[in-house]
Amino acid sequence: MASITLENVGKVYPGGTRAVGDVSIDIADGELIVLVGPSGCGKSTLLRMVAGLESITEGEVRIGDRIVNRVEPADRDIAMVFQNYALYPHMSVRQNLAYGLKNRGTPRSEIKRRVDEAAEILQIGPFLDRKPRALSGGQRQRVAMGRAIVREPAAFLFDEPLSNLDAKLRVAMRLEIKQLQKRLRTTSLYVTHDQLEAMTLADRLVVLNGGRVEQIGTALEVYRRPASVFVAGFIGSPAMNLLDARALPHLPGSAHAGTIGIRPEDLTVTPDGPIEFSVTAVEELGAQRLVHGLANGEAMTITQPSDATLSDNMRLSFDRGNLHLFNRETGRRID
Amino acid sequence: MIENRPGLNAMAHLVLILGVVVVGLPLWVAFVASTHTATDFMSGTVPMWPGPHLVENYSLMLERGVSTSGTPPVARMMLNSLIMALLIACGKIAISITSAFAIVYFRFPLRGLAFWCIFVTLMLPVEVRIVPTFQVVAGLGLLNSYAGLSVPLIASATATFLFRQVFLTMPDELVEAARIDGAGPMKFFRDILLPLSRTNMAALFVILFIYGWNQYLWPLLVTTDSQYYTIVAGIKRMADAVDGLPQWHLVMATAVLAMLPPVAVVIGMQRLFVKGLVETEK
Repeated sequence: MASITLENVGKVYPGGTRAVGDVSIDIADGELIVLVGPSGCGKSTLLRMVAGLESITEGEVRIGDRIVNRVEPADRDIAMVFQNYALYPHMSVRQNLAYGLKNRGTPRSEIKRRVDEAAEILQIGPFLDRKPRALSGGQRQRVAMGRAIVREPAAFLFDEPLSNLDAKLRVAMRLEIKQLQKRLRTTSLYVTHDQLEAMTLADRLVVLNGGRVEQIGTALEVYRRPASVFVAGFIGSPAMNLLDARALPHLPGSAHAGTIGIRPEDLTVTPDGPIEFSVTAVEELGAQRLVHGLANGEAMTITQPSDATLSDNMRLSFDRGNLHLFNRETGRRID
Repeated sequence: MIENRPGLNAMAHLVLILGVVVVGLPLWVAFVASTHTATDFMSGTVPMWPGPHLVENYSLMLERGVSTSGTPPVARMMLNSLIMALLIACGKIAISITSAFAIVYFRFPLRGLAFWCIFVTLMLPVEVRIVPTFQVVAGLGLLNSYAGLSVPLIASATATFLFRQVFLTMPDELVEAARIDGAGPMKFFRDILLPLSRTNMAALFVILFIYGWNQYLWPLLVTTDSQYYTIVAGIKRMADAVDGLPQWHLVMATAVLAMLPPVAVVIGMQRLFVKGLVETEK
């Protein structure tokens, strides 16, 4: 168990391309931090730098009190779960779990105890003597986690571990990872591009864009007070409506903001609302429906209960407190 | 492709049967010849059915050989061939898998140059460099030895490229997982790469064993002591009877015997061979 500290960490590839810049994160002992962002935002690179699979060209990474910039991955006391599981295909599940321990010279009885314990936690006991190719995707995923657990490391690193699973299994495993992490209380760094997965799992989220940190905070903080236009558009589903303030001059705050954001669920239909809204399309989701339309020429989406009556032209109102204003030049939040 | 056209079916069978006949007939003639006496073959009509001298001819060749042509018993020559073929196959696999490992997984200075040097050997098989190679082997005193027979044939690039291709298909995550699991390069090689290349090694072994077994020119050059004659070169020496008619029935018996080990290797390792060439799942 240990905290992980990233201090002004950056990565510049030999060709001069910058993948990550000036990232500082303090991860407390036992915390589950999720790095989230679109593809190419540097989240995987950052994780691999913590793992030691990529060199750190700027700043420093500390695990516990130790600076690990130049420490080999095996000596960093971390365990990693890969997207494609990276199980050794020629070894049985038991050998897969034991391999890392064996390399460290762990006594045989201790290996057996830990493997049995991990198998118990993950319910993979019946498969211990099978080869990975005889397992389903979900089972392989468990084995990959088992390989991390048996190491009893200071930190778990997850690199999009659920992206190869089907949607239903993904939701189930998500919950399981969360419960497992709470039970083991092992500091964890988790990378995903799925904002829903990020919000449900994270103690705190780190939203990355273009190799830089946009915002760090709990799921609710990030959802309620997005720090930038990028975060506002990325977190939350359906995405927040981001409107050009110039197109809607009558909205409060539009005089000094560049972009006005309002979440679809914060817009209500009222006969005398200030926004004129003409419906262009409707998407049914079951419990609710997404209504797409135009307001002063700006595309906008609202959510409505599926039994609400719709007309082609509606007026919308909102609560002032639910408006998010962003600076025109920097895209940062204005309070 | 599934087509239900009887004419096409018959045609396909006809072509295949023709192929079998083309390959099989010489083998049959060789076998038939090896079961007759020498005179039967010189009589003008070639017998098409096996004669009564099978056991006699074969045991003569295996145990004593033909003294007039100066060749040792066939058993001895087959042993020599076996040793040479095994040394070549195992040596090539060992050398090429390690060099492929170096080329794929290490970033060392002059890596590109090393790669190209290996590549160039593709253009220099033994037949091309036979005179200088003979000079080197003779200078090292390796004439008439198993080392002299096999070492010059071991260094080659083809197998290196095969293993390089195999290693390139290994997912990077596997390498990274092994690094995190604390496996150093040699450990990774032994614990992960070697077991995963097992079928490829088997496929290569089959090809290289036959390559080694069929070596003709090189053994003919470097062996002057009959104790080191290999069987393929031995057949040639037998057929060259200087003062008399070649004893075709005995030459054919030797040829049939010489065919058996490669056939055994192919049949025995068929399953692994096919798997090693077509398997892509890692």
